[in-house]
Amino acid sequence: MSKIHVTTTVNGDTVEFLADPRETLLDCLRDKLGLTGSKEGCGTGDCGACSVTVDGVLVSSCLVLGVEAQGKSVTTIEGMDKDGELHPLQRHFVEKAALQCGFCTPGFLVAAKALLDKNPDPTETEVRYWLAGNLCRCTGYDKIVRAVMDAAAEMRG
Amino acid sequence: MPKDEIKQTFRLVGTRPDRPDGLDKVTGRARYGADFSAPGMLWASVVRSPHAHARIKKIDASKALALEGVKAVVTRADFPEVPAGEYWDLQENTIAGERALYDGHAVAAVAATSQLIAHDAARLIEVEYEILPHVTDVDEAFKMDAPVIREGAADYSVPEGSPPNVVKVLDFGRGDVEAGFASADLVKEGHYTTEATHQGYIEPHACVGQLGSDGKGEMWVCTQGHWYIRRMCAGVLGIEAANLRVTASEIGGGFGGKTTIFMEPLSLALSRKSGGRPVKLVMSRAEVLRATGPTASASMDVKIGMTKDGKLTAATAVFRMQGGAFTGSPVDAALNCAFACYELPAVHHLGYDILANRPKAAAYRAPGAPMAAFAVENLLDEMWGELGLDPLDARMMNAAKEGTKSSYGPTFKRIGFEETLEAAKAHKNLSVKLGPNQGRGVAAGFWFNYNGDTSVSLAVAEDGTAQVSVGTPDIGGSRASIALMVAETLGIEYEDVRVSVVETGALGVNEPTHGSRATFATGKAAVEAAESAIKDMCRRAAKKWGIDEDAVEWVDGAARPAGPNAGKFPPLSIVEIAAKMSSTGGPIAGHYEGNPPGVGESFGTHVVDVEVDPETGRTEILRYLVVQDAGRAIHPSYVEGQYQGGAVQGIGWALNEEYVYGADGRLQNPVFLDYRIPVASDLPMIDTVIVEVPNPGHPYGVRGVGETGITPPLPAVANAIAAATGIRMHSLPISPSKLLAAMNAKRKG
Repeated sequence: MSKIHVTTTVNGDTVEFLADPRETLLDCLRDKLGLTGSKEGCGTGDCGACSVTVDGVLVSSCLVLGVEAQGKSVTTIEGMDKDGELHPLQRHFVEKAALQCGFCTPGFLVAAKALLDKNPDPTETEVRYWLAGNLCRCTGYDKIVRAVMDAAAEMRG
Repeated sequence: MPKDEIKQTFRLVGTRPDRPDGLDKVTGRARYGADFSAPGMLWASVVRSPHAHARIKKIDASKALALEGVKAVVTRADFPEVPAGEYWDLQENTIAGERALYDGHAVAAVAATSQLIAHDAARLIEVEYEILPHVTDVDEAFKMDAPVIREGAADYSVPEGSPPNVVKVLDFGRGDVEAGFASADLVKEGHYTTEATHQGYIEPHACVGQLGSDGKGEMWVCTQGHWYIRRMCAGVLGIEAANLRVTASEIGGGFGGKTTIFMEPLSLALSRKSGGRPVKLVMSRAEVLRATGPTASASMDVKIGMTKDGKLTAATAVFRMQGGAFTGSPVDAALNCAFACYELPAVHHLGYDILANRPKAAAYRAPGAPMAAFAVENLLDEMWGELGLDPLDARMMNAAKEGTKSSYGPTFKRIGFEETLEAAKAHKNLSVKLGPNQGRGVAAGFWFNYNGDTSVSLAVAEDGTAQVSVGTPDIGGSRASIALMVAETLGIEYEDVRVSVVETGALGVNEPTHGSRATFATGKAAVEAAESAIKDMCRRAAKKWGIDEDAVEWVDGAARPAGPNAGKFPPLSIVEIAAKMSSTGGPIAGHYEGNPPGVGESFGTHVVDVEVDPETGRTEILRYLVVQDAGRAIHPSYVEGQYQGGAVQGIGWALNEEYVYGADGRLQNPVFLDYRIPVASDLPMIDTVIVEVPNPGHPYGVRGVGETGITPPLPAVANAIAAATGIRMHSLPISPSKLLAAMNAKRKG
């Protein structure tokens, strides 16, 4: 099967790759662009470890085809800090021990940022329901929810 | 430091600094199993049996091999014959021989130039099966006329005339059980079952393996223990262990499930067959659920006697567990843990390890203990409830303490079970008034904790900072806790210690990060290594000062004359000594190889409040309290994290999670949508209390905290549901449909 040439923007940079029409955006990010921060935990859209935004919309990149990224703007975990300065969510995750193994962490951070971009003052329940699509097996979610609430409070000033 | 005088206050131990690997893990830089690639790398895909039990009549790979880009196909014929025992079992589980033994059992594997080609090629490999009768249920597998998984697998412990799938029998106890029951005022029996669950780590197994025709190879792999990977792969492939260098990637969770091999030898065998090119093999989630992990399913009978005051007089347990198509269910640990929380005059345990057509069980957090606790704590709660006793007071009356001869043999040294009960009783959650359809459940749990083979190397750098090389992968912050202990010991800053998990070529053998051992064993080894470097530095200071080395002591990161008689010299700091290392004897280092003694057991008490929806049978966790004795919390945030994570895994086991097999013997729910682990919206915050009864066998009092926390939730949730509904559930998971059916039956009377 011939491959399709895709031009897209990832974390602000224009990139090109050749995608088999069957390859997911996650495969393309990881295996063609070397952006391995997005993880595959399930490949079926159930775990959220591959969360990225496409034109500002939070998606599971394992459920998006690579060719669908043509002309879009994709943001991954690698684009979350700004010139080395961590996003408050990233800082609070480290400071509040909101990660143990860290495998689900990129997905949680991308999803939590999408929440705070929409809703800067979420309740605990809103945080829990927004993040219900991100699975974590290590933490029991307690410290993750606290880190998101604390980061939101700091960002509100 | 004398072992009985453990310091109570520390400069760094007990603080909560940022973990050293934190930045990499919040920026996506940390490299996990599937994040590694090598030049010239191939991709692999595995062909798996769709049948629970089938004879493999023929494997035809000709179509796959004809596909452009396909470089190699391996089957069992590509593996050497190995004698019966651990390596035969591992090889048989890695790739089926004459028969496929469970749905998902690997039958062949293929390597190609891309992942897509490898997957396409796998679909072109034709396997002809003769379907055989199968059995997946533990009680069915225990029957005399059950389909036989493997002839001759039973060991010496199995009496003649036992059911054919019984491969091991455990039979032990002490005291006069019958006299104990005769002296009891209340004797009750119960039958309990738990379904198999999966460890559920979010990272699927992944590796890149390379093996040349010279028998030398390398592997990059997500694992809890890369020396185990090395030893097991070498055993399965018939190569020398030292010729295989294994590097552990960052690990995306393990919980015991990554302490063994599954597909790693396939990547090495494919590499060898394709001219030594590196081969990457990444499992899908369905492969993880069908062919790795899980834990056993259990069928358990418990009998307990107690006086009218609630004092235990005798107990017996008969546990049957299937651990898949291989010997190795955790029935032994389950029996050992079953009554470990309590003083018991008489106890007897009987256990059966049973084969069934399911994947080979792997360790899962406190293997066996949660099932045992579900049965025992459930029955105890029922009996103490019947006698009108408070569940915490009743446990306190029977609690194991220092000097108690444990139910499984050893006499306990200083332990902290009573302290956890006291702390639970004092917690604010206990004074919350409950409403209609709400109930409170209490349960206790135990884990032995563990030491194991451990090698650590520490070296002082030229600027007085320290590097520590360890062999236990960091799953939940162990680099931080080891750095804290080393910095405390050397008297330097936490930031001046860098802990690295190094490859197998860099250290002596290390057992995995398992059994709650990393902070205890690797931590103790690192402290010993630091102490020996300190000794060397004191020796150099003594030489410079011209005094006896025994007259030098190490205080606050510097060598000092010990007392006024030693002479008057200004302290020599680690920075000053390190700067002169080359001219004072060369590199400064310390190391430890051994099996560090002094393991301290861990006990926990959990209290949960639930609300049951009378219309749907859904159980909501309202609040949850974990109290556990850590011995010493080196980094309290990661201790709390272990408590919270263990509790939530246990909640999942109690309420949601189960392996569902169809009549055809196939796993019905091999995706996270259907194998439903708890999500954020299922849960409240998980409250924790860290009890610290220091372990006298560790320089900072560490016991180990990983395992115990998953043990009490199963019975605690069941006990809370009993309090809320008046219905005592004997079977996990307590799914809404199961509980609703029980409530409807009760309503109908």
